[in-house]
Amino acid sequence: MADEVTLTIDGMSVAVPRGSTVRAACEAALVSIPTLCWHSNLEPANACRACVVEVKGSRALVASCSRVAEEGMDVQTASDRVRNSRKVVAELLLSTSDADLAPDLLHLAEISGADKNRFAGGATWQQPVKDDNSLYIRDLSKCILCYRCVEACGEDAQNTFAISVAGRGFNAHIDAGFGRELPESDCVFCGNCVAVCPTGALIGKTEWTLRQNGQWDEDRISQTETICSYCGVGCELNLHVLENRIVKVNSPMDHPVTHGMLCVKGRYGYEFAQAGE
Amino acid sequence: MGLTAVFGSGAGTSSYDDFHQTAFILLVGSNAAEAHPIIFHHIMKGVRSGAELVVIDPRRTLTAQKAHEHVQIAVGSDIALVNAMAHVIIRDQLYHKDFIAHATVGFEAFAAQVANWTPARAAAVTGIPADRIESLAKRYAAAPCAMIAWTLGITEHHNAVDNVRALINLALLCGNVGRPGAGLNPLRGQNNVQGGGDMGALPGRLPGFQDVTDPDVRRKFEQAWGTKIHATPGFDQTQMFRAMEDGQLKGLYVIGENPAQSDANSQHVQHLLQSLDALVVQDIFLTATAALADVVLPAHVSFAESEGTYTNSERRVQRVRAARNAPGEARDDLWITASLARAMGHPWPILDARQLFDEMRHLTVNYRGMTYERLEALHGMQWPVYDETHPGSPVLHDRLWRPETGPKAPFAVVEWEPPVEHTTLEYPFVLTTGRRLPFFNTGVQSNLYEHPHNIGEWLEIHPDDAAKLDIADGGLVSVQSPRGRVELPAHYSLAVTPGTVFMSFHFPDDVMTNDLTIDATDPQSGTAEFKAAAVRLAPLKVQEASTRKEA
Repeated sequence: MADEVTLTIDGMSVAVPRGSTVRAACEAALVSIPTLCWHSNLEPANACRACVVEVKGSRALVASCSRVAEEGMDVQTASDRVRNSRKVVAELLLSTSDADLAPDLLHLAEISGADKNRFAGGATWQQPVKDDNSLYIRDLSKCILCYRCVEACGEDAQNTFAISVAGRGFNAHIDAGFGRELPESDCVFCGNCVAVCPTGALIGKTEWTLRQNGQWDEDRISQTETICSYCGVGCELNLHVLENRIVKVNSPMDHPVTHGMLCVKGRYGYEFAQAGE
Repeated sequence: MGLTAVFGSGAGTSSYDDFHQTAFILLVGSNAAEAHPIIFHHIMKGVRSGAELVVIDPRRTLTAQKAHEHVQIAVGSDIALVNAMAHVIIRDQLYHKDFIAHATVGFEAFAAQVANWTPARAAAVTGIPADRIESLAKRYAAAPCAMIAWTLGITEHHNAVDNVRALINLALLCGNVGRPGAGLNPLRGQNNVQGGGDMGALPGRLPGFQDVTDPDVRRKFEQAWGTKIHATPGFDQTQMFRAMEDGQLKGLYVIGENPAQSDANSQHVQHLLQSLDALVVQDIFLTATAALADVVLPAHVSFAESEGTYTNSERRVQRVRAARNAPGEARDDLWITASLARAMGHPWPILDARQLFDEMRHLTVNYRGMTYERLEALHGMQWPVYDETHPGSPVLHDRLWRPETGPKAPFAVVEWEPPVEHTTLEYPFVLTTGRRLPFFNTGVQSNLYEHPHNIGEWLEIHPDDAAKLDIADGGLVSVQSPRGRVELPAHYSLAVTPGTVFMSFHFPDDVMTNDLTIDATDPQSGTAEFKAAAVRLAPLKVQEASTRKEA
């Protein structure tokens, strides 16, 4: 059909709508591709190289998250080159960043057989947490520069453009402009960056504090989907409740109203519901 | 109100997804980036896909800053602008002739009236040059599909319904309703404004906008409820206050509202509430209104402990679920209201939210096919949903494009009127009011979380005005209208034009903005003109402020 392309993935033929990415084609073929920076609701940033695959005739490995599938493409997702590349990506990130709250990175390390100590002893991104506002914490020791927060703050969701990547090479880091603290920046505290962060580098202050005190216990946290009580947009809120207190709010990424995005009132303005108790 | 008159139901005609696929978005009196941030997210998705965004607003808001064009009109001049756009579209024959012939009535009278609204005349009223009005009209008419959305900048005026009718005229003129990517959308300010209207919380309506004056409708509900229903519509809020003034209304039961702080000319409102024989307030907080009450029914149940549904601005009915347990003996609003009825001798059953919903949907065509199971499985459903196999309705009024249109959509002849209160030598500034992103209404919900930018209320003033009056950036000022006076810090802002100042109403315990606003209301919708009051300003020294506060 004219609006479809057919390609081969690990020897298996699959037809996908024209314009689909190679990653989406792999998904259609039930071949799992690891990702770090890719996010269902954001434009691909091509930052992490976790999703690389080998395309016959292409000199370099290609990022499947953004490469558009073409008619007749022959894709290998688990060749030695691909596996080695993913393994090194995981090993390099683990040598610089704290992956404690990064399930996707830990998964990548596991499936690629990465040795987390291979590059140990070199420079790291270890640094004090940035605790400059009452709503969320920036722990850049955990940041892997996936760009998701930048995309969510910018044209993929929030359109505020408060943060970007500053510096070059190993000094590259997420910055709110001239090294300013968040309250002095253009940040409006919607927390959409927090919602898409895959490593816990951006984390709600309440969750962070509970974790610091050893009180964050996933098994004891209930999650209930309900609707925000502020304006008339009707955003679905997923209320995380621990010991009868709301401790975190997010929204399902597949919700037709929110696409997982909220404003500051929806994400953080819940204290009134439990005031005075 | 305007939408009900034209199309038979008071609701937005499109879905948020329609913003993604439209060619043109006209936002009027709406600071969506601050007041409806997630709708703004949808709007910007459309912009990214190639839609042109034009924002009509007296202030250069965050929203206006993102627009391709910001039309910074004089406060309350919307009808002049929109009528002149229609003038150009008709004069140059850019309107959708087939749609007008097929699906509308009243075009000739409308065309004759807007013939008087030349762009030059509108320019004098709006402050927008005639060539910009011409260009805007031509671009709107040329778009293959266009969305119009508005908020309280349109409806919080004494001629609110006329403002809405003018926008509807524009959409009818170009066939921009009832098809994908084209529609008319009021962005609702409070989470369940749409649901309240849907459920008949309007004086003349029963659930599903069914008319209480229609004997067949009454008979249906009388049979279901086993009681007689009055054929005469009750009072809307404005009429209630008028009836209080006349001594005709002596008792009031307020559920989850704070009119003592949220209504215009609030000192007068408070006086009326105090003069009642009985004021009963049911709320989760001891609000300023509750403080005036004879009886307070502490609901103690917020949205996070409630079951039920809310309906959003795209008619999506969604489940509200309890996430936590309410404290102690707390009861929800349903139980309180039913128990009150029982105490008054009416044998109302105590129903839970789902039982009540099921009763309602069987009496209400729009909701009939919704069940809690379907609402949960589908992330809510958009009414009308006629039966349990119906998928819901992303776009309303597509009937207008079918051979059998049903009732045709009427054009309205609407004339521009200036805001009720004019600036004078004594009160030379226009005060307009609205929301700021981190906060909400009278702050009952939003003032309890710690926002980094919470510096309380402030006055936005253009630096040129401030310089003339010797007002420092951050300095204290007094703001006086014919009805009241407040003191607050002023901050320089290029969002307002010289002659206009802006305040929110989020911190009424410190700065009672609505002591200043005017209770001139629209005769049809009952909405007050929060957007335009005349005020005078004076700088205050710190010691002067404290002594005058005592006085």
